This record gives sequence, C-alpha cells and structure tokens, in this order.
Amino acid sequence: MRAVISVVGKDRTGILAFVATECAKRNINIVDVSQKTLQELFTMIMIVEIPEDKDSSAITELEQLGEQQALKIHVMHEDIFNAMHTI
Amino acid sequence: MRQINADNILETIRMIEEENLDIRTITMGISLLDCADSDIDRSCQKIKKKITEKAKNLVSVAKEIQQEYGIPIINQRITVTPISLLLSASGGDPVKYAKALDEAAKEVGASFIGGYSALVQKGMTEAEKALILSIPRALSETDIVCASVNVGSSKAGINMDAVSLLGRVVKECATLTRDRNCIACSKLVIFCNAVEDNPFMAGGFHGISEPDCVINTGVSGPGVVRNAIRKAGKSASMDEIAEIIKKTAFKITRMGQLVGRQASERLNVPFGIVDLSLAPTPAVGDSVAHILEEIGLETCGGPGTTAALAMLNDAVKKGGVMASSSVGGLSGAFIPVSEDAGMISAAEKGVLSIEKLEAMTCVCSVGLDMVIIPGETSAETISAIIADEAAIGMVNTKTTACRLIPAIGRKPGEHLVFGGLMGEGPVMSVKQTDASVMINRGGRIPSPLHSLKN
Repeated sequence: MRAVISVVGKDRTGILAFVATECAKRNINIVDVSQKTLQELFTMIMIVEIPEDKDSSAITELEQLGEQQALKIHVMHEDIFNAMHTI
Repeated sequence: MRQINADNILETIRMIEEENLDIRTITMGISLLDCADSDIDRSCQKIKKKITEKAKNLVSVAKEIQQEYGIPIINQRITVTPISLLLSASGGDPVKYAKALDEAAKEVGASFIGGYSALVQKGMTEAEKALILSIPRALSETDIVCASVNVGSSKAGINMDAVSLLGRVVKECATLTRDRNCIACSKLVIFCNAVEDNPFMAGGFHGISEPDCVINTGVSGPGVVRNAIRKAGKSASMDEIAEIIKKTAFKITRMGQLVGRQASERLNVPFGIVDLSLAPTPAVGDSVAHILEEIGLETCGGPGTTAALAMLNDAVKKGGVMASSSVGGLSGAFIPVSEDAGMISAAEKGVLSIEKLEAMTCVCSVGLDMVIIPGETSAETISAIIADEAAIGMVNTKTTACRLIPAIGRKPGEHLVFGGLMGEGPVMSVKQTDASVMINRGGRIPSPLHSLKN
C-alpha cells in the first residue's frame, strides 16, 4: 500500500538516515520526502510504498522504533488524505 | 498519483493526535427475522449462532483498519432487529433474549449490542408490552445490551399508553440498579421518530427495512470543530463560522466513509451509512458545549444557546451530505449532559436547566440525553417529560429521545458518577408538579397536521 510516514521530534543528526534505513530493512520504497526544521523541531513527511505482505507488522515496528528514539512516527494509509482533503 | 500537500497531512495528524478525532463506532446491523421460532430457546440459539457468525471478524477487522489507516476506532457494536418481533412469534420470558444477545456480543468482543426494542408508536401488541415491561430486568441482568422504545412518530402520533408504561419502566430500571449508579437507565432510550440505521448507542437497532447485514459507521470530532472555530477568531461572522463548520464536517465525514467502506469490503457486508454526529465524550477537548462557547457564549445553556446550536447542527449536516451520498442515522450534534465536560460544568453552575435542554432538542439531535434527575421524581412526571420530548419530535418531524436517569436517593446538586464514556453529572432539578391525570388518561395523541404550518 502507499502510505504517508510522518516523523516529528527534536532535531539531531541522523533522523532521516535512521528512518530511511529502517524503511530499507523492511523493503519499503521511499517515493517522496519533504523535510523541515523549525527552530529545534524536526518534521519530515515521506510518501512510501509498503509491500502488501508487511502492512501491519511494518507499521507497528516503525512506530515503536520511533518511540525508542524519542520521535513521533505515524504511518497512515495514503487514502485518508485523499479522502479528507480532495473533493 | 495526486500530490498530497504537507499542510494537509499535518492537519490530519493534528486532528487525530490533539483534537480527539476518531471513528466512534463501526456498527454491524444484523437482521434476526430469520431466527424467529415458536420455541424461545431455539430462537435464542439461532440468534447466538447468527450473531457470532456474522460478527466474528468485526473486532479484528476494526483493529486492522485502525492500524493501517492510523485512525482510532473506539467501539465495535452490533444492532439487531427489534426483539419484540421475535417475541411475538415465540412468547416466553423476554429476558432470555437479552441474555442471548449479551452472550453473543461478548463472544465476538463487541462493546454494545442494541435492539432490545419495540416500535409502538401506534399501538402495542401483547409481545411488545411484555418486552417493555421486561426492560428493567433485562438491563439489570445483562451488561452490554441496550434497549429502546419508539413511542411516537409524526405520522402516527404519540402512544400515551406506552409513555405511561415507560415512566414506570425508567423508574424501575433505576431502582433495580440503585447500587450501581442506576446504570440500567443509561442503556434505555425512548424515541419519537426513531431512525432504523442508527449506529450509536444506546438507541441503535436494526430496522426491519434494512438488509440482512450492513455496516454503519459513526464519526465524531467536537474537538476538531472547536479548534477550527477558534482559529477563525472573534471577528468572523456567523455565516463564516457556519462555513468553517461545514468544511470541517466534510473532512470528518470523508474519513468515516472511507473507514466504513473498508470495513464493509473486508467483512464482505454491504455498506450502509455514515452517521456524522458530533458525539462528545467526557474527555477534555471533546465537548459540544465547548463548541457553543467557542462560538461566543459565556456558558452553554444561557440565552443564545439554541441559536448557536441550530447553526452548528445544520452546518454539520450540510458538510456531511456533501461528503457522502449515504449520510444517515441521527447525524447532527449530540447533547448528552453527563458525557460532555462542558455540559456537566454548565449544569453544575446552574446555567443549563432541563427546560433549556428541551428547547435545544428542538434544533438538534437528539434529545434529553443522559440527564440525571432527582430520585424522588414520580413515574408520572417522568412519563410527562417523555411525552413533552416526543411531542417536539412529532410536531417538528424530527427524531427526539429521552435517556433519563432518576438518581435514586439523591437530590438536586448531588453527583452521580458512571465512569468511562458515560461520564458523570449533577442531579438536575425537575419541577415536581403532578401530571398524573393526563398521563393516566392513556390513549393516543393524534398525529399532527402537516399543512397550515405557522
């Protein structure tokens, strides 16, 4: 499925690398990345392709890994945004 | 692929994380008409079999969707055909049905099951009367069964025999569960113009015009609406505020529709409706009263409340209708007292009274909901309140309902605490004047004229 990964946390070295590595380990293909830091706050939005067979396990793992690293990681199906923000 | 805007993504995440946006319920409606049997035990067995088969994956599918889509889904519920219809065929002790429903729903992990119901707006059969009289026992001897009775409609008028009976039933529900905060009363809704596809509890049942099995969703999000209004500032005009509410309601409904369709596909059950109701919870930031206060009232319940609520309710519906072609159920703003932090505090301050709540129910869904009244209130007075509320629904061609909780042994100003989604609240004062002569007359209030409207 195509999903949106959002990452929010205190800015430091290696956040992007960390998330990208974890995605690669799970065979998650990154399609698009946009990233900003506002003062100390790091925010990143990734559009990714998650292989069909790993949907829920990959999502839970990524979100838990985020917590361990003091990052808020959300993985949400792309359809949510299409439904809510387009007519 | 359409490019998704980063601001939209952050907005959605904020709605869920900070503003308590959630899917309040995925409700599976199951028809039990084919379970009717002349033997009540066989009928109960068939019911259990059908419910546990149809709904066996309901909870797991909801979890799956919650995870994939990142949206909290709070409840999974079941509604069934009004049990009075099955009772007509089988006879016997109606409470057996309540217990069968309770067991079946618990087995599949549902949080509530609704449909211990009777539709008696025009008249009562013996079975319907027996079911109504059994409600206090049914609700006090089961945990998650919800009961509802439709006593009036714009087409049929109000069945005052049933209203008279229900005053006593409400009182008995409270008395039987007096040591459990009169909890049975929170599971009984008395309707006028009840809808057949309501996914919300306690008034949900699966109407007889519905298909064999259907998935309905209920979305919520008072916090999202409130924050959107706050952002508009104090200088925005009322039509601008209405526009903001409409747009917000649109987004929320779209999410409900998406989740409902997903659930229906995965369960292989047709999709019914999205009920877009601003359903508050006692959590901070999840209150309909606070929306009204954000619009510009010092306290909910004061002058201006009815007008603000009328606008809110209408704007919510307009946004919802644009977002989904299958909006149904009750759709609007709920105003339960004990389940809404803002309502609780307004009632505690003495600003929100039952009379004002009654006026508010003229313009919104759904009625005098979770209103705690003094335990000394007589059955006739409770019947009279039910009749008043039903009359509002009958004349205005809208759904109204009563979920009254007589707090046995408590007086106005004292508190009753239910906990969880049911919340807590102060006992509100009721004018203890005698309406017994009118209530004991029984009979039927004829249906109103639908022309010459002035």
